[in-house]
Amino acid sequence: MNFLKKILAESGKLFDEGKPLSFAYPLWEATDTILFSTDSQNKSGPHIRDNMDIKRTMFFVVIALIPCYLFGAYNIGYLYSEAMGISSSVMNDFIIGMTYVLPILIITFIAGAICEISFAIIRKHEINEGFLVSCALIPLTMPPDVPLWQVFMGTSFGIIIGKEIFGGVGTNVFNPALTARAFMYFAFPTKISGDKVWAVGPDGYSGATALAIPANPVEYDTASNLFAASTQFDYSLTNMFWGLIPGSIGETNKLLILLGAIFLIYCGIASWRIMVSCVFGLVFTSVLFNLLSYLTVDGILQSGGTPNAMLTITPLQHILIGSFLFGTVFMATEPVTSSHTNTGRWIYGFLIGVLTVIIRSINPAYPEGVFLAILIMNMFAPLIDYYVVQSNIKMRLNRNV
Amino acid sequence: MELFSTESKKIINDPINVNNPISLQVLGICSALAVTIRLDQAIIMTLAVLFVLTSSNVILSLIRNYIPARVRIVIMLSVIASLVSVVDELLKAYLYDMSKQLSVFVGLIITNCIIMGRAEAFALKNGPSKAFLDGVGNSMGYGLIIIIVSFFRELFGAGTITLPDGGAGYVLWSIPDSWYAAGYENIGLLVLSPGAFIILGLVIWFQREMAGVEEDA
Repeated sequence: MNFLKKILAESGKLFDEGKPLSFAYPLWEATDTILFSTDSQNKSGPHIRDNMDIKRTMFFVVIALIPCYLFGAYNIGYLYSEAMGISSSVMNDFIIGMTYVLPILIITFIAGAICEISFAIIRKHEINEGFLVSCALIPLTMPPDVPLWQVFMGTSFGIIIGKEIFGGVGTNVFNPALTARAFMYFAFPTKISGDKVWAVGPDGYSGATALAIPANPVEYDTASNLFAASTQFDYSLTNMFWGLIPGSIGETNKLLILLGAIFLIYCGIASWRIMVSCVFGLVFTSVLFNLLSYLTVDGILQSGGTPNAMLTITPLQHILIGSFLFGTVFMATEPVTSSHTNTGRWIYGFLIGVLTVIIRSINPAYPEGVFLAILIMNMFAPLIDYYVVQSNIKMRLNRNV
Repeated sequence: MELFSTESKKIINDPINVNNPISLQVLGICSALAVTIRLDQAIIMTLAVLFVLTSSNVILSLIRNYIPARVRIVIMLSVIASLVSVVDELLKAYLYDMSKQLSVFVGLIITNCIIMGRAEAFALKNGPSKAFLDGVGNSMGYGLIIIIVSFFRELFGAGTITLPDGGAGYVLWSIPDSWYAAGYENIGLLVLSPGAFIILGLVIWFQREMAGVEEDA
């Protein structure tokens, strides 16, 4: 260790102001602070000391994501074996899956590192570990068969447009990982619009995702019946919970996501208020839509046109379908882009749930709505905070009159 | 005034670089987003704006001493509107396909802030030769940006580069089929208006960085 420390201290002199390597100072700084805790001290306030620094926060999120990665890889292999009609061991499935997950992961990190380091050098800020979390999240939101150059483009877009042009970690308006996802969604809709199955299989292998089944039914029926009638994949509630269904890499197994949520809440990193209120919003809106579907199908409101089967998806199905839980736990709770006041968090989360169901059910073009809902609410989070703070000030003023 | 003096050079150069109407003053954004899906549309639009802006600048500058200040907006509008109608009719007569594609956006040149802005800010205060140069400079500045934006939008969004000709456009180059076979895909986002915003934003970023402009926070 001392040896390493010495090397770093010696080489550090090369990166000082006016030395030939000074342009690469952020690189040295990052290596130094990752290996050792820094011994530089603040010269002026604030002097808050807390072990929960940004690195540890980010690190915990990455730990919470690891089970999703492992299961995601297994799931790809499992579905592959199913599609090919071969029986294969768990380990074998896992290795097959890894051959898809690892390249995406590596490309994401390369793209993220290039953007982050070049901005750190040009803008002369420190290399921020925030990009590690963004880069860890991006592959989990990708379908396994996504072309790697698209992953590269999407990641660069997410890091640069989503974060760096706003000034880097801590000042960004939008979640960088979701910005990347949204870019790819609109840029390459044929690959990741969310209606076709995202499994790896023989050429031309295709099918409908859980969200696409009630969106384009052959004949109107309730969503539950349509799921039950689907023969290609098992879209029963239990199976959707255990996650052996096609989807983006990290979002299929709901148990692991819930475990991640508990871990993050226990460590005090993610806000449970946001998660709970997201679910509230989703349940509220989907119950409303369920009632609406009774009116439109059986009762007074029926008139011309085909009824929308998406309206009949029950709240529990909404929670288990698609990436709602993943988005709620890992994306909506991102500390920078979500609301910062507790009341604001309730409102912010609730509206995410509401918007998710609205986009899923009412808009026929977008089968999945979670990431759009979160991005929209990211935009409104500062506004919500502003009004919460203002109303609090007003309340306290009135109290003292 | 001499045509090649430093002052006239400045009048032409400024709007192209450090005082660009689109990227620095952020005027005329509407048409910059609307007509930049294809390169040939942007080129024809640039020519139309070049004609309208230079002629309106010269005409208004010539009659500037006879315009009462109270009704100047009406007079400016009527001059600009007549010129736009001329361009519209010319396009319909000689470039029918193009006028179909540009549809209302030729007519909307009337409301393009750049033209009214230059008339108000420059032509009414300067002589015709300066106003002429100012018109050329500003429409070049406008054209430069929309041609750059449309080049990228068309190349990456639709995979072609189209130049204007008498008909529906001459495809100069398009991405070969072998690329598509190898897995290349057009970026559908760029065809939509958000794509135009993003490209325009990047161009503005680049140009401000080059021109060394710092906005007051």
